[in-house]
Amino acid sequence: MMPKTYLAQNRSVLIFIACLALFTLAITLMSEAYGAPLISTSFVKTLGKTLCLCLVALAMDLIWGYAGILSLGHMAFFALGGYMAGMWLMYARTEEIVVQALAQSPLPATAEEITQGIATQIFGVVGSSDFPLIWSFAHSFPLQMAMAVLVPGLLALVFGWLAFRSRVTGVYLSILTQAMTLALSLYLFQNDSGLRGNNGLSGLQNIPGLGDVGQDKLSIWFFWASALALGLGYIALSFVVSGKFGSVIRAIRDDEQRVRFLGYSVEGYKLFLFTLTAIIAALAGVLYYPQAGIINPAELAPIASIYLAVWVAIGGRGRLYGAVIGAAFVSLLSSWFTGGRAPSIPLGFYTVNWVDWWLVLLGGAFVAVTLFAPKGFGGLFDRFSGRRSPDRKGAALGPDDGSLMEKEAEA
Amino acid sequence: MSALLEVSGVSVTFDGFRAINNLSFNIGIGELRAVIGPNGAGKTTFMDIVTGKTRPDTGTVTFGERSVSLLSLSEAQIARAGVGRKFQRPTVFEDQSVTENLLMALKANRSPWRVLFWKPKVEDMARVQALAAQVGLADQLARKSGELSHGQKQWLEIGMLLAQEPRLLLVDEPAAGMTLAEREQTTAMLVDLAKTRAVVVVEHDMEFVRRLNCKVTVLHEGSVLAEGSLDHVTANPQVIDVYLGRG
Ligand SMILES: Nc1ncnc2c1ncn2[C@@H]1O[C@H](COP(=O)(O)OP(=O)(O)OP(=O)(O)O)[C@@H](O)[C@H]1O
Ligand SMILES: [Mg+2]
Repeated sequence: MMPKTYLAQNRSVLIFIACLALFTLAITLMSEAYGAPLISTSFVKTLGKTLCLCLVALAMDLIWGYAGILSLGHMAFFALGGYMAGMWLMYARTEEIVVQALAQSPLPATAEEITQGIATQIFGVVGSSDFPLIWSFAHSFPLQMAMAVLVPGLLALVFGWLAFRSRVTGVYLSILTQAMTLALSLYLFQNDSGLRGNNGLSGLQNIPGLGDVGQDKLSIWFFWASALALGLGYIALSFVVSGKFGSVIRAIRDDEQRVRFLGYSVEGYKLFLFTLTAIIAALAGVLYYPQAGIINPAELAPIASIYLAVWVAIGGRGRLYGAVIGAAFVSLLSSWFTGGRAPSIPLGFYTVNWVDWWLVLLGGAFVAVTLFAPKGFGGLFDRFSGRRSPDRKGAALGPDDGSLMEKEAEA
Repeated sequence: MSALLEVSGVSVTFDGFRAINNLSFNIGIGELRAVIGPNGAGKTTFMDIVTGKTRPDTGTVTFGERSVSLLSLSEAQIARAGVGRKFQRPTVFEDQSVTENLLMALKANRSPWRVLFWKPKVEDMARVQALAAQVGLADQLARKSGELSHGQKQWLEIGMLLAQEPRLLLVDEPAAGMTLAEREQTTAMLVDLAKTRAVVVVEHDMEFVRRLNCKVTVLHEGSVLAEGSLDHVTANPQVIDVYLGRG
């Protein structure tokens, strides 16, 4: 018998892609730009952003659900990707405005005057009028897009190399990644970080060169791009987790010492995964922030990465569709509750206001899922697919911290 | 017989406790060797040192014709150099099928990129079949290894070691927790294995060691107490004193 290969798992990939395509089509047909205007442009943006969050959740599932590395810092890579994309968006957009303004003057503007004008526009808020070194490539779309991959990728490579080489695992690794995202966020909060301090980058919804295209159309274009990225990400990651590579990383999750004695460099694999998932997160961020319109250092707050882990846990760790469902469900619910749309519940003596109580509800749901339904949403699918858990009398599937729990496993 | 593994003057201290004390001995190419000794004699620690899990305080460990020092290599590098290890407790990847366990162990390039794009060829699957048959798991290939019996897990682990094609195999108490029939099958497997590679077996059970019919090294308090045939060492008064007499 052949082992489960990519082809054998293709069925779930095909189902996923079909659902995603149908969803994309339905939203397009209900959008203001391309169909019956049933849903607002801002809701299209919310959905597009949600698809990007699903893509980061996929990356999180790969590193945590499959390889057992509970990184609580991946939203830092997501935000870094967003910052890198935002730099080009802001530069190119400001350039258009400055060139237009200078066109009115009698003498044609020199290149220096234009650059100076852009710098003053962008950095005025932090009391500066010069481009910091990190903006060196912001004028060029291809170069800055390369930065969007290279900067988060290199950060992950260096951080991962230091952490994995010293064999930092389990809780210590989680804390270290939290420290990383916190440090980065605090650094970006400074005005002289070169990224406008707590103002962050804004106006990112205005796409340079597409000034004539309305937001109703742009929102759908980004929605399509996000759906495409999620679909490609799903196919790529389901290839990664199938076959021997998937076997090795699941083995690392359950018993990494044993994997070393098989001759696999566990540190090399972890570093590979950490960097790969960081790059996926960064790409998701590149697509997310033009839809959000603004990015600031609060996006790198440690809590953001914890949410990411919660989404994956609620969706069901170690299955890709679980991560997508968890991220979509929780983040949409969250924007419904915190957006003030959820009706408050008057209890007479106290009124439950969801903006305040949503986090309590989420925390409670997380605890409940961990305790009573460790398979998360994935467990619902098991009822149809007939997948059962093994009977191991409560024993986990390996000695390591991140190893699969009995209830998460398949018999 | 030239040496495949040379351990010389190795000492290890854990928090002031000397688990291995100036230990020296050699294993020849293709040799089958039994290592016995009372609990805490340092048998497992010796394997930890050879496989890179524990770094000794002093001494040298060299391997192969070119006498490569194992002390500067990582666990994974040592495994790739040709040292396989079987643990005291059976350790297989319980969430994965017998086939997946064997495929992972199969000798092949171990780098992430190569593994990512690796596809089992027909001969790889045939090899997995053959290995499974060799360790008596031919009809268990699709099963999750977590569902196997204790003895079957031990055999799967031996099958994985075979798949790695090591030149030296370190086996820690393979018969522990096995039924009599399983023990006999395991002895046969090990003797068979030693035909093509060096095998070091740590075992408590004298009957088991007798059946292996090979040179025996007695460890005590971290160093070699006696070496020779089983009859020779069991006649040694010191050995009787520290080990057999008490047992
Ligand atoms: N990591 C460690 N830290 C502290 N002490 C250790 C460590 N590893 C082993 N020891 C001690 O070293 C001594 C040798 O242990 P080892 O496991 O090698 O014995 P063994 O010969 O394999 O015994 P057994 O027959 O019980 O398996 C024991 O006293 C043990 O407590
Ligand atoms: Mg032992």
